[in-house]
This record gives sequence, C-alpha cells and structure tokens, in this order.
Amino acid sequence: MAYSDKVIDHYENPRNVGTMDKEDPNVGTGLVGAPACGDVMRLQLKISDDGLIEDARFKTFGCGSAIASSSLVTEWVKGKTVDQAMTISNKDVARELSLPPVKIHCSVLAEDAIKAAIEDFKKKRAARKAQAS
Amino acid sequence: MLKLPIYMDNHATTPLDPRVLEVMLPYLREDFGNASSRNHVFGWKAEAAVKKARQQVAELIGATDQEIVFTSGATESDNLAIKGVVEYYKSKGDHIITLKTEHKAILDTCKRLERVRQERLDELKLLRLGQLAERDVSPEEVAELAAKHDVENDATYKKWAEMPTGGARVTYLDVEQDGRVNLEKLEEAMTPKTVLVSIMFANNEIGVVQPIAEIGALCRKKGVLFHCDAVQGIGKVPFDVEAMKVDLASITSHKMYGPKGIGALYVRRKPRVRIAPLIDGGGHERGMRSGTLNVAAIVGFGHAAQLAREELADEAARILRLREKLRKGLTDALDMTVLNGSLEHRLPGNLNISFAHAEGESLMMGIKDVAVSSGSACTSASLEPSYVLRALGVDEELAHSSIRFGLGRFTTEEEVDFVVNLVVDKVRKLRDMSPLYEMAKEGIDLKSIEWTAH
Repeated sequence: MAYSDKVIDHYENPRNVGTMDKEDPNVGTGLVGAPACGDVMRLQLKISDDGLIEDARFKTFGCGSAIASSSLVTEWVKGKTVDQAMTISNKDVARELSLPPVKIHCSVLAEDAIKAAIEDFKKKRAARKAQAS
Repeated sequence: MLKLPIYMDNHATTPLDPRVLEVMLPYLREDFGNASSRNHVFGWKAEAAVKKARQQVAELIGATDQEIVFTSGATESDNLAIKGVVEYYKSKGDHIITLKTEHKAILDTCKRLERVRQERLDELKLLRLGQLAERDVSPEEVAELAAKHDVENDATYKKWAEMPTGGARVTYLDVEQDGRVNLEKLEEAMTPKTVLVSIMFANNEIGVVQPIAEIGALCRKKGVLFHCDAVQGIGKVPFDVEAMKVDLASITSHKMYGPKGIGALYVRRKPRVRIAPLIDGGGHERGMRSGTLNVAAIVGFGHAAQLAREELADEAARILRLREKLRKGLTDALDMTVLNGSLEHRLPGNLNISFAHAEGESLMMGIKDVAVSSGSACTSASLEPSYVLRALGVDEELAHSSIRFGLGRFTTEEEVDFVVNLVVDKVRKLRDMSPLYEMAKEGIDLKSIEWTAH
C-alpha cells in the first residue's frame, strides 16, 4: 500500500510524542481503540481554566496512518478552544492525510481521541467544582 | 557493498536463480516447439526437455517421472488434488480432514466443496418436502415444513443425503500451540467416510514443519489418501514421498528459485492413486491436466529442482546459521519478543516473531528498505490478523505485532547484520511512542483495561 507524503512525514517526524501527568487537573487524557484491533491511541491535552488547549501529546500503537492521524491532531488542537477542537472531524483528518478507505478508521480514532480527552478534562473539572462547593 | 532494498520475503516468492534462467533461454528462442508435436524435430526437442525436467522434479522428492503432473502452480495443484480425489472417490466417501493453518488454496477449496454439498442437500430437502407435503414447496417454506415433517429423521431423506453430492464434509483440525498437528486428534477425526487427509509440509507464515512421515504412516494404515501441500518445504528440508508415504504432493517452482507459473502435482502410482481432472482438453499429462506444456518454464523448474537437491544440505546449514544470527540479534537486543511456532520443527529460513507493543505494519513502514511480511491485519483489506497465528492461540495484539522474515539462497550475512540493527532501532522508536509499551513497563495489565472496540 502506498502512503501519502503527509502520512510518511508524520510517521518519520511525529509531532508532540510524549506523556503528560494524567493526575494534573488541567490535563485531559483520551485512550481509545483496542490492542486486539491493532490500534490504540492516547491523546493528552493540557487545557487552561478558561478552556484553551495549551499543549497536546500523543502516543499511538498502530499503523503508519494511525500514527500520522494522531500526530496531525496534536498540531491542530493546539491553540484552539475546547469548543473549536470538538468540531474537528475524522473527515478533515482523512482528507488532510489522503487516507485510503481501509484507513478511515484511523481518522475516526483520532476524532474519538480528541473527544475522549476533552470529556476526561470536563469530568475532572466537574469533580473539582463539586468538591469545592 | 550492501545493496538496498533487501529481499527477506522468500516465503512469498524467491528470485530466479541466474543458472536457471540460462537453461530456460533457448526454449524461449529457437527451441520453441510444442512438446506434443510428434512428427518433427521441434516437437522432439521440446519433448526431450520436458522429460528431463520431469525426472529432475521427480528425483527431488523420491518419485518417478511418471508420477509428476505439471500444473500452473501450487494453487492449481492443491485444487486438482482435493477436487480430483473427491470426485474420483465419491462412491467411497466424502470426508476430508485438514488443518486450520493450511494455505488458502486448501481452505477455500474445502469451503467450496462444503458449499456444493450443502446446496445439494438443500435441493434434496426441497424435493423430499414436496413429496411429503404432496405439493410444490418453495424455498421460503423449507424451514417451517422441515420442522413439521421432521425431515432430518426421515428415512428417505437420510438415504438420499448419504449419496454422493459432488461436494465434501470437512474437518478443520486445530493445531497445538507450536503449530504442529496432534496425531491422536487426527486419528480420532477419521471416519469410514474419510477419503483424504490434506496437511501441509511446512507453513508459509510460521515455517513450522509437520510430522509428515507419521501422518503418512497413519493414513496408509487407515486406508486414507494423504495429500501434502509441500510448497514451502521442498528444496529446503528433505522430502521423500516413499519414506513419508505421501500419495499426492503439491509443488511449485517459484519458491525454489525457479520461474513463476509452473508447478506440479505428484500423484502416486504404486499403490495407484486416481484423480479426476479439473481441465479437460487434449489429454496432456496422462489426462490429468490438459493444455500445451509451458516448456521453458518446465525446463527452469526442472533445473531449479536439480540445484535444490544438489545444494540442499549446504544451503540449509548456511541459511539456518544466518536465521539464528538474526533471531539472536533481535531477541538479545529487545525485550518482550515472542517467537511464533516451534523453533525445533521449523524451516531453516523462517523467523516469525512478534515485537510486543510495536504494530507490524508501522514497523514494516519503518524498515521500508527491507522486504518482509506481517501478520498484522493492517496489511490486508480484511482487518483480521493472521488466521494462522490465531489458530496457534497467539494473542491478537501479538498477531498484529508479528513480522515474518524469510531468508533464502541469496541472503547474505551483511544483510542480516543490517536488518538486525535496523529492526532493533525501529522497534525501539515505535515503542517510545506506544502507549501500550509505556503501560506494560509501568506494570499495568493490559488485559485489565476495558478497551473501546471499534
């Protein structure tokens, strides 16, 4: 299977690989996929109290397209508000990376990872508020 | 000087040996005759060349030249053996036993025969229900009427269903964890209706070699024919149809440094094994496979067989040493690696290894200058990881992380050294970005996590 240049670029020079402290109240962690399916994506977002995504990190087990999809979304979400990030769709990812039909699930996973990370952040914040009140 | 890319996928195909090409060339130029032309020198030359090649192929497996039927390759040979036996011996029985780890050429052929049988039974059931209901029955009514008339226990229907259907019943045996057949289970699976056992010599993914002589002895004792898809093992490890009591064997040229598009089916003469042909026509190959012979390819196949026989012992030893260097190089440098399949009963050139938490396709992308294969789902359109590894009970994640290396005649030590360094480097890189490796290192049991399947 031939990969697009963008997939190869992200695979060879992945952006924002790493791990954040998942106990940090400002860090939202999304872990999606399953080892048995051959893809697991972990996306971590550092989100300010006013909802701005200040930083992003990922680690991915999966094919080149899965790695590229997660690397790409870490670039895209940085500097966006949580609400803006929620509008990133798998179609945008698939189009940007020219993913073939059999690799569309990689882009779906990337979208799910963003949503899961934001969800986790919101949960933490709600729990904090509940504790404070 | 090391030349890139490196070919380490010799189970998929092997390069044409230059010595083989040399002997083929005249038959693509001036000696173009049809081996069936009995009345001029062009035909005689072609016929003589085919005769010699037939002897060369026969000698490699301990057969006689009259037992070699040339085909287009192993897929055809497998089809011819199974469908040919099922059709010829239909009055004797219709049960086949094979393994879950066989090549698709075997499994899909068996599945088609099962479908043929099922369709015939459906027709018979429809007919019988028409008789019982004393009216025309439509296929939609079958389920309801079958229950009403208890057709499965109807004596007439049962008698009909035992008549030859043109198809077959098939038992797909599990293998042991090391990939080998369990001989006791094989014997238990045999019924009075069993006509054929089809078990491969060596597996194309994991290189595991089956106990062919033991299987052959068991089949002979039970009066069941034994077909062996011997594609991957022939020319790599000794194979002898007499010593191993094999009745039918599929062989292909392009896995032993010969040209593609040519193969053979060995069909035993003593005691005589009969098969019905798949391709009718001019009665070539003693009626078992019609069609003008591909003389140049047959000549190449014959010479490749001769070289394989002459060089087998030295070559196997050399390749085994390189394979072990590759295996030790990788497993010494990397933790969490798993060898898939038996190490002891294995082709010298095969290494199938899982690098836990580094996905196979992305690893292949990282080592793009080295041609290998992966059991990862992502390399196929099906998204299912290798059925062979699954049959061994290999965990799905590890199946996704498997790489098959296939060393061959032209693999050099320099290439092995290069591949070890490259693979170690890329696996480390992928693990550095693998959430699973990080979790495993932290001691988290990955099985305890509720994953979101997709």
